[in-house]
Amino acid sequence: MSTKKKVRVATTSLAGCFGCHMSFLDIDEAIVGLIEHVEFSRSPINDIKHCDPDCDIGLIEGGLCNAENVHVLKEFRESCKIIIAVGACAINGGVPAMRNHYTLKECLEEAYLDGIGVENPMIPNDVELPLLLSKVHPIHEVVHVDYYLPGCPPPAEAFLKVLTDLLEGKEPSLPKEILHYD
Amino acid sequence: MSEQMRRVAIDPVTRVEGHGKITLLQDADNRVHEARLHIVEFRGFEKFIQGRPYWEVPTFVQRLCGICPVSHHLAAAKAVDQLVGVEELTPSSLKLRQLLHFGQTLQSHALHFFHLSSPDLLFGFGSDVAKRNIIGVIEAHPETAVKGVKLRKYGQQVIAAISGKRVHGSAAVPGGMNKSLTKEERNVLLADIKDIIAWSEEAVSLNEQIHMAHPENHAFGKLNTNFLGMIGPKGELELYHGGLRARAPDGSTLFDQFDYRGYQDIIREEVRSWSYMKFPYLTSLGKEKGWYRVGPLARVNNCDSISTPLAEAARKRFKAFAHGSFVQDTLAYHWARMIEMLYCAEAIELLLNDEDISGSDLVVTGEKRSEGIGVIEAPRGTLFHHYKIDEEGMIKKANLIVSTTSNNQAMNESVRSVADQYIDGNEITEGLLNHLEVAVRAYDPCLSCATHALGKMPLQVELIDANGGLVDRLTKGSNGNIERSL
Ligand code: SF4
Repeated sequence: MSTKKKVRVATTSLAGCFGCHMSFLDIDEAIVGLIEHVEFSRSPINDIKHCDPDCDIGLIEGGLCNAENVHVLKEFRESCKIIIAVGACAINGGVPAMRNHYTLKECLEEAYLDGIGVENPMIPNDVELPLLLSKVHPIHEVVHVDYYLPGCPPPAEAFLKVLTDLLEGKEPSLPKEILHYD
Repeated sequence: MSEQMRRVAIDPVTRVEGHGKITLLQDADNRVHEARLHIVEFRGFEKFIQGRPYWEVPTFVQRLCGICPVSHHLAAAKAVDQLVGVEELTPSSLKLRQLLHFGQTLQSHALHFFHLSSPDLLFGFGSDVAKRNIIGVIEAHPETAVKGVKLRKYGQQVIAAISGKRVHGSAAVPGGMNKSLTKEERNVLLADIKDIIAWSEEAVSLNEQIHMAHPENHAFGKLNTNFLGMIGPKGELELYHGGLRARAPDGSTLFDQFDYRGYQDIIREEVRSWSYMKFPYLTSLGKEKGWYRVGPLARVNNCDSISTPLAEAARKRFKAFAHGSFVQDTLAYHWARMIEMLYCAEAIELLLNDEDISGSDLVVTGEKRSEGIGVIEAPRGTLFHHYKIDEEGMIKKANLIVSTTSNNQAMNESVRSVADQYIDGNEITEGLLNHLEVAVRAYDPCLSCATHALGKMPLQVELIDANGGLVDRLTKGSNGNIERSL
């Protein structure tokens, strides 16, 4: 085994469905080989809560729907040399951005006031609940993004190819077979 | 609130999907007076689905949750079947949907145990935070971890064979399915099924052993609750289609074989100001007493039998543990989950050997209707999808009760119970905090589904006195170390 310093990868899910993370895990047993070269910093799959200041790669799933998402994204940008927008939601807002056709008020009222079988109708409002953004935004509107990995979700092979390219110091590129937008 | 009360917050709960935080209110003697799990994000699906054509729904509701997209796909598809006036699918379509659902449940259960929860159960709740994750399990128990990874992989392969993709494929269409499986596809899956069944059995044994070897786990977050779930016509475990059964803690039946299309008569959902996740309860019992649990623990307790032999044998051992009455141990969720995974593995083998899944009669048509209600047992519990459409086929009204929402009160109660047992009178440590998270994790909550959004925040605990003064602050650093910043 080489003693070369491992590449530090951080991942997060903002306003996404976790499907991009699932697709990353779909590399299956290849994870055993990957962790010889890569170590994980902050990620939902472990209990590391903050990015190390010297992360190499940050994978961001999901767009921005509340103030916390923005906060987390900024932490990633400050900590990671390379930021990759992973999947349709991070790249253009995706399904969560469909709420942008309505006002936030309309969405909240539908769920908590006019919903079927709702008891004690009211809009949740508590200091513990973070501020919702009036619209859902893709992440490049807030921070500089280095690479975009398309798909909903991107296939597992695409994650592996991009990471392998970066580990080898190459400019990442995806062959047609694993470049998907669906 | 009395003057001595102070607030303790854990933000966020991790190794679960989605974004939630826990707050506690303690008095001067550290007695816990209130424990809350807050779900802090909101997506607005019920609104933005309005005006969209009904046939889009199954492919796009799955984007609410990437861990169990198939559950949403199928619950919506069942509602859409009714919208197009179809009561019964062809045998081929029914079996393909069941196969898809078993693949989904198998992968989700494997993911939850091996990738998310096994670190707590194998290393201990207060173990080294740097190792307390799947990578740590791969390093310490490579054989177990790799089997877990392959179990999940297999479930994903079943999904991909039927729906074209592992995550967010397309399979169900109004009144049926869009394709069946070829002989080759079946043979590829059949080649590995014996291993999958054997490894699932090992996972059941592992969980049995862990539960038996740790008597302190029995009382951990334990509650005495009602159970709700779907049931087959003979009272057997059923995940795809059946009636609803609810039982009280003493084993008495509240209702049985209930047609789920009448769910509005038996369940209401209370809104509380401090969470975006609602609090459902059984109407007949009222808000105070009517809350219930769903998911593996509820289902394995609630059913009278399991139709496959190995899982049935495992169920009997499970029942014997509680001397025939309900197993109410919250941590037995893991054990029940593995019994279900074994059931799925066995059921997959049966279906792969059934000629119907290669049939070509896939779609039934009927008379359009204006309302459809689809219910399924998702990995995490009973999942309700309800849609109303206008004459053009556009959605007018949507209502979802996702599985995790049904466990909202129970997760809150378990957190409170663990807080009472472990936090009361003690100085807070990282290990103790993880105990609260372990209680929530047992339910395999999908806070993403529950709120239709996700996010993650650093873990920090603050003690604040009655006047709002910061008494103590502990922060879990990026290396997992706990720092006291006061
Ligand atoms: S891009 Fe698709 S898979 Fe990824 S988070 Fe968004 S909806 Fe989920």
